[in-house]
Amino acid sequence: MTAASAQIPPRPRRRRVSRDARTAYLYLAPAFVVMGVITFYPLLFQTYMSFTDFALRNLRPGADAPPFVGLDNYIRILSSNLSIPNFEFLRLVFFNLWWAFSNVVIHVVLGVLIAVLLNTQGLRFKRAWRAIYILPVVIPPIIVATVWRNMFDQEDGAINQVLTTLGGAFSIPSETFQIAWLREAQDPIPFIPLPLSYFALLTANTWLGWPLNSVVATGALQSIPSELYEAAEMDGASGWQKFKTVTLTYLRPAMLPYAIYGFVVTFNLFYLSYFMSGGEPFGRTELLVTQAFRLVNEQRLYGVGAAFAIILFFILLAITIVTNRLARATARYDA
Amino acid sequence: MTSIAARGVGRPRLGLFRRSKAKISERRMPTGRQLLFQLLCLFIAFTVLFPILWILSLSVDCRGLSRPDGLNLIPPCVTLDSYTNVLAQPTSNPISFLELARNSLFVAASTAILSVLIGVSAAYAFARLDFKGREILMVAILGVLMLPAVATIAPLFVLLTRVQVGDFTLGRTLAGVMVAVVSSTLPFAIWNLKGYLDTIPRELEEAAAVDGATRNQSFRLIILPLAIPALAVTGFLGFIAGWTEYYFTVIFISDAPQFTLALALNGMVGQFATTTPWSEFSAFAIMFALPVSLVYLVLQKYIIGGLAIGGVKG
Repeated sequence: MTAASAQIPPRPRRRRVSRDARTAYLYLAPAFVVMGVITFYPLLFQTYMSFTDFALRNLRPGADAPPFVGLDNYIRILSSNLSIPNFEFLRLVFFNLWWAFSNVVIHVVLGVLIAVLLNTQGLRFKRAWRAIYILPVVIPPIIVATVWRNMFDQEDGAINQVLTTLGGAFSIPSETFQIAWLREAQDPIPFIPLPLSYFALLTANTWLGWPLNSVVATGALQSIPSELYEAAEMDGASGWQKFKTVTLTYLRPAMLPYAIYGFVVTFNLFYLSYFMSGGEPFGRTELLVTQAFRLVNEQRLYGVGAAFAIILFFILLAITIVTNRLARATARYDA
Repeated sequence: MTSIAARGVGRPRLGLFRRSKAKISERRMPTGRQLLFQLLCLFIAFTVLFPILWILSLSVDCRGLSRPDGLNLIPPCVTLDSYTNVLAQPTSNPISFLELARNSLFVAASTAILSVLIGVSAAYAFARLDFKGREILMVAILGVLMLPAVATIAPLFVLLTRVQVGDFTLGRTLAGVMVAVVSSTLPFAIWNLKGYLDTIPRELEEAAAVDGATRNQSFRLIILPLAIPALAVTGFLGFIAGWTEYYFTVIFISDAPQFTLALALNGMVGQFATTTPWSEFSAFAIMFALPVSLVYLVLQKYIIGGLAIGGVKG
């Protein structure tokens, strides 16, 4: 095959390109038209809206064009000067970053540890355990979020019931465990400004998040040549030394892109915050995406909502640039 | 990357000494440690299964409790009453489970079909063809992928409500919801499929070209059949996006006959559920999740591999 194609004289480059180009535009046309109308035009329109005071009265057909307000929406968002309750822009951004970061660290660590456990030579029933552990991945997040919302219910939730049962064994009265997980205003740990509902969300998202990381880590673990462990053993390495020098070195390049992917997914994770805590207490577990939704759905501040979405875009752009740098630095380390 | 999950289980160990080595280490795990590790695995399995068992138990509990009276992972007796109640009328709105499911299915299926059909030809152009503006268009698609779908609600709602024919307002219908969902699943489909098409060896098409196949023929006869797993996965991810779509639906839809499963589920959760028995919420959640979860289980290794190639989209 290669010999045959080698005998054919190469076509003149320019003709080939233009013919390709014509086919390409034909193949692109449907997507181009559809995305032009329902993706790119709305995004341009979003930019326009963000400079106006677009409100409910401008929504009905034939209504007046919304007044142009320049950068007013942006300034009001960035200076937390919106007439909605509990809105503090910087706190929102920092909480969102911390939310994504803390979750990903837990997911990766648990994912790797459990993958290592399941990869232990001689462990029985590996297949059965893996089949069970994949379950959180396959359930749609909206259902996970609503089920966990009920799990953390103050009166009837399973979490409080488990605690009551456990506490009963030490004759702790059951009233102790009427914990308002998703609403409690008092921070559980002094000096750490994180509400109880953050920990409830963290628990649910840990349940949801580690299995996928474990699958990725398992793939990476099984690509490590066992000769490396044998060589390390011959050099008299201990179990921990083998883990540090061989396992972690090989896991890093595989896990980092996935950790970055997980960071962005968790950063934009709408369902848990929206359905479990609803941002409670006092909007302190609100994320940027849930706030963007509330601006449009509850406050009907379409212009402000558009400006908010554009600010979110630039925050995500910054995150992408930073994480790409990070990934490239590690790729070099691997090579 | 497609093989990440495939490599996960039961990979045969080849090599001259590997087999005997493995046997030695199988023997090397002492019973005590085996027991300890199994207990650890059991504990992890319990934490994973706990919420699932909890709602499963609530959904079949025969005592018809409106709220759980304590922790019962195994109900005293079993009934399917909650399921029949939910099938008949899950919420106070006069709409049955099947009607809700039909509405969700409409959004899900049309999203899946449209994004795959339109996406695959564009993906082919990006993966294989050389044309002016290729880089710019790809950056544009990546840029769109970066913004989560929920952040495009304001313009989509405003623009779709402007599309009016007589009494029909696109931004007040499930068709409008579908358009809004496709607006973000289509760029994802293009990106995801392009990633897959990039992994198909070019030699196949070059050989076909030598035999006189046109671009269209090699796309239809070589690429499309080879891309079926990726088409299925991309279509399925679009299907899930439509099946569980919440934020567009809640803004667009206000009349009960057009309600979807996701809207009904929200109405049945804890804080709103003073009238809904928890057993019915559980039955509803299970019936809502089951169809997509089963397909996900079957497609799991393709999906997890494909996600690693594809973009990032919440």
